Amino acid sequence: MNRPELQAMAEQEIERQKKFRGRLLYCTSTACVSSGATAVQEALEPKIKLLKDEIELVPTGCMGLCGRGPLVTVQMKDQPEVIYENVTPELATEIIDKHVLPHKPAPITEHVLQTDVPFFTKQTRIVLANSGVINPERLEEYVARGGYSALAHALREMTPRDVCHELIHSGLRGRGGAGFPTGLKWNMVRKAVGDRKYVVANGDEGDPGAYMDRTLMESDPHRVLEGMAIAGYAVGAEQGYVYVRGEYPLAIKRLEKAIRTAERKGLLGSRVMESGFNFRVDIRIGAGAFVCGEETALMASIMGKRGQPVTRPPYPAESGLWGHPTLINNVETFGNIAAIIAQGAEWYSKIGTAKSKGTKIFALTGNIVNSGLIEVPMGITLREIVFEIGGGMMSGRTYKAAQTGGPSGGCIPTEHLDTPVDYESLKALGSMMGSGGLIVMDDTTCMPKIAKFFMEFCMDESCGKCVPCRVGTMQMHRLLGHITNGSATEDDLKRLEELCLLVRDTSLCGLGNSSPNPILSTLRYFRSEYEAHIKGHTCPAGECEMSERPILDLAELMHQHQPVEMEVS
Amino acid sequence: MSVITLTINEQLVSAQSEQTLLEAIREQGVEIPTLCHLEGLSDKGGCRLCMVEAVGTNRLMPACVTKVQEGMNVRTESERLVEYRKMIIELLLSERNHICAVCVMNGHCELQSLAANLGVNHVRYEYVVPDLPMDASHERFVQDQNRCILCVRCVRVCHEVEGAHNWDVMGRGVNSMVIADLYQPWGSSRSCTGCGKCVQVCPTGALSKKGSTVAEMVKHHDFLGWIMNGREKNIWEYR
Repeated sequence: MNRPELQAMAEQEIERQKKFRGRLLYCTSTACVSSGATAVQEALEPKIKLLKDEIELVPTGCMGLCGRGPLVTVQMKDQPEVIYENVTPELATEIIDKHVLPHKPAPITEHVLQTDVPFFTKQTRIVLANSGVINPERLEEYVARGGYSALAHALREMTPRDVCHELIHSGLRGRGGAGFPTGLKWNMVRKAVGDRKYVVANGDEGDPGAYMDRTLMESDPHRVLEGMAIAGYAVGAEQGYVYVRGEYPLAIKRLEKAIRTAERKGLLGSRVMESGFNFRVDIRIGAGAFVCGEETALMASIMGKRGQPVTRPPYPAESGLWGHPTLINNVETFGNIAAIIAQGAEWYSKIGTAKSKGTKIFALTGNIVNSGLIEVPMGITLREIVFEIGGGMMSGRTYKAAQTGGPSGGCIPTEHLDTPVDYESLKALGSMMGSGGLIVMDDTTCMPKIAKFFMEFCMDESCGKCVPCRVGTMQMHRLLGHITNGSATEDDLKRLEELCLLVRDTSLCGLGNSSPNPILSTLRYFRSEYEAHIKGHTCPAGECEMSERPILDLAELMHQHQPVEMEVS
Repeated sequence: MSVITLTINEQLVSAQSEQTLLEAIREQGVEIPTLCHLEGLSDKGGCRLCMVEAVGTNRLMPACVTKVQEGMNVRTESERLVEYRKMIIELLLSERNHICAVCVMNGHCELQSLAANLGVNHVRYEYVVPDLPMDASHERFVQDQNRCILCVRCVRVCHEVEGAHNWDVMGRGVNSMVIADLYQPWGSSRSCTGCGKCVQVCPTGALSKKGSTVAEMVKHHDFLGWIMNGREKNIWEYR
């Protein structure tokens, strides 16, 4: 497929969509499926079949407000768009009967989602622009919304050097958490000497409560592929891998289909868009290890080895897959590329703060009214996210802390709610941007217990290669267990703090280095809670059952272990 | 190969550019504890005992897997490093059942002597006391998971030197275990050649000769060097 053909495909698709009297979009991403979207689909399909030429039924990706799913959007010609929440099969039938079928429709008033609320108005959708709007399984719909034009533009009008410099100017930073400038990384791989290079998309998202990458891969797989193809062109790679965790079957299915379609149309594979550039993409499926999200472990896994990290340097940009220079970026980072190339670095760098450009997707979860997936410009305050977009705390409770960055991040208390959300500010607070999980907690949450939860996660997910992470996380988990059941002493807290530093400073990879963050940040802001557990023998949040008491002196210990009477002959 | 200069413990020294930091440090006669490192095997950087401080930064570097660089300035000893090394040994001792009094390696064990050298006189962490199996199915050797510190010297020597790859690691985190083939009894393993290299490189009593009792197992620590040297020079006599 060449550029005019791409253009023609886009126009044809727009024409086709115009012919319908209306379109009925229903979410088919994992979140909505888990709340019953399949039943809704079954109710809608036979009805729409009768109106095949008038109404189009479009299965889409995530619409954002996952907590209110299943969601259905009705777009009737010459009428404002209406989104229905918590759709049941009965409601779906009603929607068709009252809203879609009649030529003078009277929309239902119940279950209608307000779209002029901050949840929608405060968002800036760049990466998620197509999410919930197009059918992710149809290439035509992606192309109709400007898809693959950035790749065409890069291939025809830009040199690989131009592409890298455009990205450097855009200020885009890695969305996997660490925030390394993407353009610099691309430039490093471009300059690296090697007859073979690779591009890898990291879709091994494992933080508890985070599902940004999954949604992107499910809702707009071609955007990821286009970003990867542009990366391949920029760095000189002919092979790309998308590493998706095995727990995301739908994302895998959609990506596979997208790759097949794109290859058939000549948008991937040999001679991409009739240029001299070849780029193949294959999927590698993870086997359920969190540590494989770490880039060196991920590459070991792609190469068929045990998923364990190795020491950097050498960085993947010098020596990655099979010793060749490898560009490895998060799926969300690749999701930004097409937009930057199409609309320019200038435009992109206007969004965000001085050091953190663009937008970031967050998975907003926890005790919050609007839980779902949001894309916000960098620099927005946490208060805006929680109280405006998120709609505040559930059932009138008060805010206590927000956990960003999953098990590698930290908790941000009330006094720092007005901090702008960007890489540096979060780091200064002892948390991190992470991949974008944002768990909001209210005053019924016990902080040592939260720290214990995350430590348990790190302990389970430690690969076992280095001692501080393997044994240190287990011992930290045990100490937190003592604190939360009331059997800890002040010495235990001291030991816990020592261990945090050891594990942070000496672990081999990021998983270990950052695993004490939940403890360190909760100790920093909620030390009194730890002390209440230890000294006061109470849990201020009322969550922990204080079942045991610490053994404080030898007499008590002796009393507990009555000596066995010995017979003396 | 070019020569570079770096600073180790405030001493300006020279090293070959291909060397690791550990090699350069040991060449200077500076002692630095290691456990997973063994001359002749690839380095994995797992025990974290050889961490050194990069002067001027807060960063620690594992000496065994860090290549020397021009102008590097490292310190191998500091209060923090000593404390960290002690803590790592204590963590290892707490992880499994390291009871020296009933161990075949008592008195010859690398973990034991490291603990003694570092002044570990008690373990501040709770002993985990896991219930781990022993495998005595092999004709001549015994594997005791309770003494294993997962340094994977055995895995590396079997893969890299013997070329059999009988050993590998199963599970992850604290549940990791070194297993024969796909978790078969060692005795029924088809890939094991019975060479005993793994037994000789094992720093603790996890792998031992059958029939040895407490403190009887003495391992030949120069064994591997002898093999590597012999292969190069065609000398097949063990002296």
